[in-house]
Amino acid sequence: MERRTIFPGRLLPVLLAAPQIALTAVFFLWPAGQAMWFSAARQDAFGLRTEFVGFENFSDLLADPLYRDSAGRTAVFCVLVAALSMGVALLLAVFADREIRGRAAYRTLLIWPYAIAPAVAAVLWILVLHPQVGLLGRWLNRHGIAWDYRLRDAQAMSVVVLASAWKQVSYDFIFFLAGLQAIPRTVTEAARMDGARGWRRFRTITLPLLAPTVLFLLVVNLVYAAFDTFGTVQALTGGGPGKATETLVVKVYRDGVVNLDLGSSSAQSVLLMGAVIALTALQFRVLGRRSAD
Amino acid sequence: MRTDWLAHSILCAGVLLFALPVWLALAGSTQPADVIARGEWSLVPDLHGLGIYADVLRNGGPGVTPLWRMLLVSFGMALAIALGKIAISVLSAYAVAFFRWPGRRLAFWVIFLTLMLPVEVRIIPTYSVMAGLGLINSFTGLTLPLVASATATLLFRQVFLAVPDELMEAARMDGAGPWRFLRDILLPVSAPNLAALFVILFVYGWNQYLWPLLVATDPRLDTVVIGIVKMIGSEVQTEWNRVMAAAVLALLPPVAVVLLMQRWFVKGLAEGDK
Repeated sequence: MERRTIFPGRLLPVLLAAPQIALTAVFFLWPAGQAMWFSAARQDAFGLRTEFVGFENFSDLLADPLYRDSAGRTAVFCVLVAALSMGVALLLAVFADREIRGRAAYRTLLIWPYAIAPAVAAVLWILVLHPQVGLLGRWLNRHGIAWDYRLRDAQAMSVVVLASAWKQVSYDFIFFLAGLQAIPRTVTEAARMDGARGWRRFRTITLPLLAPTVLFLLVVNLVYAAFDTFGTVQALTGGGPGKATETLVVKVYRDGVVNLDLGSSSAQSVLLMGAVIALTALQFRVLGRRSAD
Repeated sequence: MRTDWLAHSILCAGVLLFALPVWLALAGSTQPADVIARGEWSLVPDLHGLGIYADVLRNGGPGVTPLWRMLLVSFGMALAIALGKIAISVLSAYAVAFFRWPGRRLAFWVIFLTLMLPVEVRIIPTYSVMAGLGLINSFTGLTLPLVASATATLLFRQVFLAVPDELMEAARMDGAGPWRFLRDILLPVSAPNLAALFVILFVYGWNQYLWPLLVATDPRLDTVVIGIVKMIGSEVQTEWNRVMAAAVLALLPPVAVVLLMQRWFVKGLAEGDK
């Protein structure tokens, strides 16, 4: 899309765009270029010499069972977070879309958690789930369930999934509600006349009409779970016990910042960039379809 | 109208699911630390314990600076990022939408590229660039790299392209130059988008964790989110009442911004697609 009317002048627009371009070049393009350079280099143990090794860091990485484990773990984590947060949000949105008393109040009370920081969400859930301090954690232990997410792998994973999904429900809820409100009343009325009720009406009428929103949110949720949950994981488990909750971003942080393995961490960064580019491309395809509707 | 009990009970359950953890933090913050550590605290706040809020604001907790300081850093960071992003995005979107100039397409793609490069995927190289520029442990280093924004630029471009040509022709007929058009017509017309974006970006800035963790090791630059995670770091002697008070104080400002500007925010989010 282009505008028909424009202002004349060439210098002014360049000056207007300059700050954005400068920041982008210094803080995005330069580091991204460095990541690619580092990913093809290897330093000796003392950091004195750097040699060019081509794709060796990548092939090491892809052959490394620890890296593959982390990738698989991240995939499972992302799918669980997306399914849980979108499922709960859709349920709430469907009922918040009904004509009931206090609709506006319900909406407000379901939207505010959008503002909670991932790391703060994690702290709140510690108060619920901590084996000695947390109300639910203590209750579980008193009733014969050995609950300690700091020691047990599966419990640790379920806790980070829960806290990450909880924080994302509000966002999904806002979009599902907007999507539901965009469905013309005449369509649902017609379905009602035809005798389609409850679950069947939802499954055959509402859900197909909501499909673009579902697709869009799916991509957003996967990106959120993959990249924005670092704070949640770090505060809850720090990636542990062992590597039980070490997602790919946590691994980049551990390898790069804690263990100072520059080459491997950069190669991991480059692979993650590839993943983000793929997801962004997918998102724009979905968005394109969305606006075409 | 018949009362829809099913809807009410599900929505109430949802409201409780969100409110309960925050209520726990509020109730726990007012009770003694050792009682909480033993897990013997109650769901009812002890009103005599509200003094803890003044205490953490003034004195902080083990290993962290006073909370007023961290809240101030968070506030400065959120505000600088939100206003900075909006300012440079409005200007660059204006340049892309209302002018023709060499390199326009290239500039647009360069900005667009940043969408694909979040901090999380380029931790080490970004750190080394920051170190080279001497920006480690500075407020500038904390905020400036997060100010570049593809999302905001794309959004404003979208908004600006939708402004009718007649509006601009009329303005030019009246002798308005680029600056006056931007200030007197374009910005007022886009006010709802500006408001919505401000909420989203303020929350984004306030909630940052990885970036401040990397770039600011000086405790005087701790944001409140960083501070809370530090406070639970040493599990042995965690003063839970302080942690809970800090959590409540940390989530109040962004929640307040969202609630106060709810109408624009929801509209802007759902219409602008992020």
